[in-house]
Amino acid sequence: MALTNEFIKGKLTEKFGEGVYSFEEPYEMLTFESHKDDNLKVLQFLFDDEDLKFQFLTDICAVHYPDKKGSELAVVYHLHNLVDNVRIRFKVFTGIEQPDVFSATALYQSANWMERETYDFYGINFVGHPNLKRILNVDEMDYFPMRKEFPLEDQTRIDKDDEMFGRGGSIW
Amino acid sequence: MSDVKHIKLPDGSIEKQTTTLNLGPTHPATHGVFQNIVEMDGERIVSSEQTVGYIHRAFEKIAERRPLYQITPLTDRLNYCSSPINNMGWHLTCEKLLKVKTPKRVDYMRVIIMELARIADHLICNSVVGVDSGALSVFLYVMQYRELIYEIYEEICGSRLTTNIGRIGGFERNFTNTAWTKLDKFLAEYPGVLKEFENLLTRNRIFMERTIGAGPISAERALNYGFTGPNLRAAGVDYDVRVHSPYSSYEDFDFTVPVGTTGDCYDRFLVRNQEMWQSLSIIEQAKQKLEQFKGAEAEVYHADIPEYYLPEKKDVYTKMEALIWHFKIIMGETAMPAGEVYQSVEGGNGELGFYLISDGGRSPYRLHFRRPCFIYYQAYAEITKGAMLSDAIITLSSLNLIAGEMDA
Amino acid sequence: MSRPVRFNIHPKQPDIHDNIALAEMPEGVQGEGYFATGLERALTLARKNSLWPLPFATSCCGIEFMATMGSHYDLSRFGSERLGFTPRQCDLLMVMGTIAKKMAPVLRQVYLQMAEPRWVMAVGACASSGGIFDTYSVLQGIDQVIPVDVYVPGCPPRPEAILDGFMRIQELVHNESLRRRNSEHYKALLGSYGIQ
Ligand code: SF4
Repeated sequence: MALTNEFIKGKLTEKFGEGVYSFEEPYEMLTFESHKDDNLKVLQFLFDDEDLKFQFLTDICAVHYPDKKGSELAVVYHLHNLVDNVRIRFKVFTGIEQPDVFSATALYQSANWMERETYDFYGINFVGHPNLKRILNVDEMDYFPMRKEFPLEDQTRIDKDDEMFGRGGSIW
Repeated sequence: MSDVKHIKLPDGSIEKQTTTLNLGPTHPATHGVFQNIVEMDGERIVSSEQTVGYIHRAFEKIAERRPLYQITPLTDRLNYCSSPINNMGWHLTCEKLLKVKTPKRVDYMRVIIMELARIADHLICNSVVGVDSGALSVFLYVMQYRELIYEIYEEICGSRLTTNIGRIGGFERNFTNTAWTKLDKFLAEYPGVLKEFENLLTRNRIFMERTIGAGPISAERALNYGFTGPNLRAAGVDYDVRVHSPYSSYEDFDFTVPVGTTGDCYDRFLVRNQEMWQSLSIIEQAKQKLEQFKGAEAEVYHADIPEYYLPEKKDVYTKMEALIWHFKIIMGETAMPAGEVYQSVEGGNGELGFYLISDGGRSPYRLHFRRPCFIYYQAYAEITKGAMLSDAIITLSSLNLIAGEMDA
Repeated sequence: MSRPVRFNIHPKQPDIHDNIALAEMPEGVQGEGYFATGLERALTLARKNSLWPLPFATSCCGIEFMATMGSHYDLSRFGSERLGFTPRQCDLLMVMGTIAKKMAPVLRQVYLQMAEPRWVMAVGACASSGGIFDTYSVLQGIDQVIPVDVYVPGCPPRPEAILDGFMRIQELVHNESLRRRNSEHYKALLGSYGIQ
């Protein structure tokens, strides 16, 4: 049977009911959300199910939405079923005060570094990760640089005029 | 001489002792900045730990402050051995977001560029594997022919390595006649060189002894580790983005996806070599297809989307309309759709993905690069466990790790 | 199976006057069987034409360096046949590519390990000034941690530009006084980087 977006959606709602929501199809890729405590259950179901077989983890990344109070950080999983060649996108949202999300490392080895990177950039605390520490930035760094409130530019530089070089601001 | 201190080893510890060796970040044997702290028992690796991030440049953060067309130069610097593929991948992502359809001719031209880049990438990787197994002359020999590819890029876009080639919707200019001549020259000369290259290494006793069985990985582990590209195919999985999610009209081309069986260095080498042959055939096919276009159609090199395609400078200075569009694009007056897209291309070493979230502003709200190197380098600890140190070195280069892509 | 040999079908006559560039003879006194010149002149001449570069290649510019040392552009024409990968043996540190803040202490360490006299060449925009990466993680030019002799602009510089930079280093080496490294001025320079 063809693995259509409707079919996947049906399967998911059959299993989780209200637990999965916000189904969308931006640019043909099925996208949905779940509560952050359920993320492992959903991933496990997608991995194990006979029909779905989303066993290839393409990508994990996070997004910061400072305006969404209470669910500022999103963790986005891109999954791929290599047999039927279907991709889906799965998101969980978490508050910035206590950004705890369960780690997918037990399911996918590849999640290890991707989660470390996400932690490094956004400070998402992956519960159950074997070795959650900074990966790209120096260990001494005391903030999470990809969050929207932190500036891009090197703040120690004095030879560039902020006004002339458009530093610090955004392009609007 | 009673004050000479003898090193006293604890009893029975001789066999059990392991040595810790720090390889990198600037180790002569590693090509690029990788740090491996290896725990060794004699010359066997017991365990190792990788540190990356030595050239972390914050691409994703920069991308949040740049308009779409200024992000192309960043993508150059991801996998700098095959920058044009990254450029095209980015343009395809933008086109998907903007729902732009490119003309067939543009697609085929892109295919030529991308396959040239693939050849350049695999050529470096394979010749460096040769260097690490002791065959420096092969590297020196094929480097000249990589120059031919660079000359073609140079003719098309004006630069050699960090190409910044193309625009959203097509190319900045048509390929010149010189570019075509250079391409023909390359196509005429390169098969002989590649044959020679294979003759030098493929059945070379020393090379085979060094690479067969070095750094193997099974298909299951490779998939679980998120391998893509030649490294996954060497393990026996025929996943190729060009076939599975065709982009830029790859569905029109006839090519095979070479696969290996054991996923060791030798198979990776063979797969890359085969891919170069396939790339050559794809370029030939693309050239034939391009010959079908006649008259005005043969002059098309970009989609007709004035609101996103930066007009040519010559026109900007002489034509009213072009000037207006130029101004609008540069000043961010054109509407940007909001949405999220994921687009991937088959990069030099795997699925290079772009996850772009736009909120309707000029610059992406969030842009994430799926960087194949970064993802599969995690497997390095596992696949070198129990191997000899020298095998670990050759595995490192045959995985084709590019520091720029890994650390973004 | 025998293969036709495609290369070197017309071997060049070994004519050293055409094929090998000879270094200019320094000023001096010569007669039958002897040649006398200043120690400084003889030494700098030797140094200039046998620089041992240490390629500290981190990213894209390193690939252009590969081309520079490869067969097409051939850095060994300038007496740098021998690329040393150990700082102890080299006298020219060629920094190519982005140096992130995480890498800066390593770079400095490498510089400190080199023996005097040592020269430094910053190849590419990133090494010279941070280049296009004005970001929190990138060092804004290696001259913040070590002194630099020659900067080569470009992103990446073409191999010709790298060669040009190399020739400028050669010029510096050639004209450098043997005592420079003991001078107050030089000590003050190193002192400003906190190097004794
Ligand atoms: S100067 Fe340009 S080419 Fe060189 S390392 Fe920096 S970004 Fe790469």
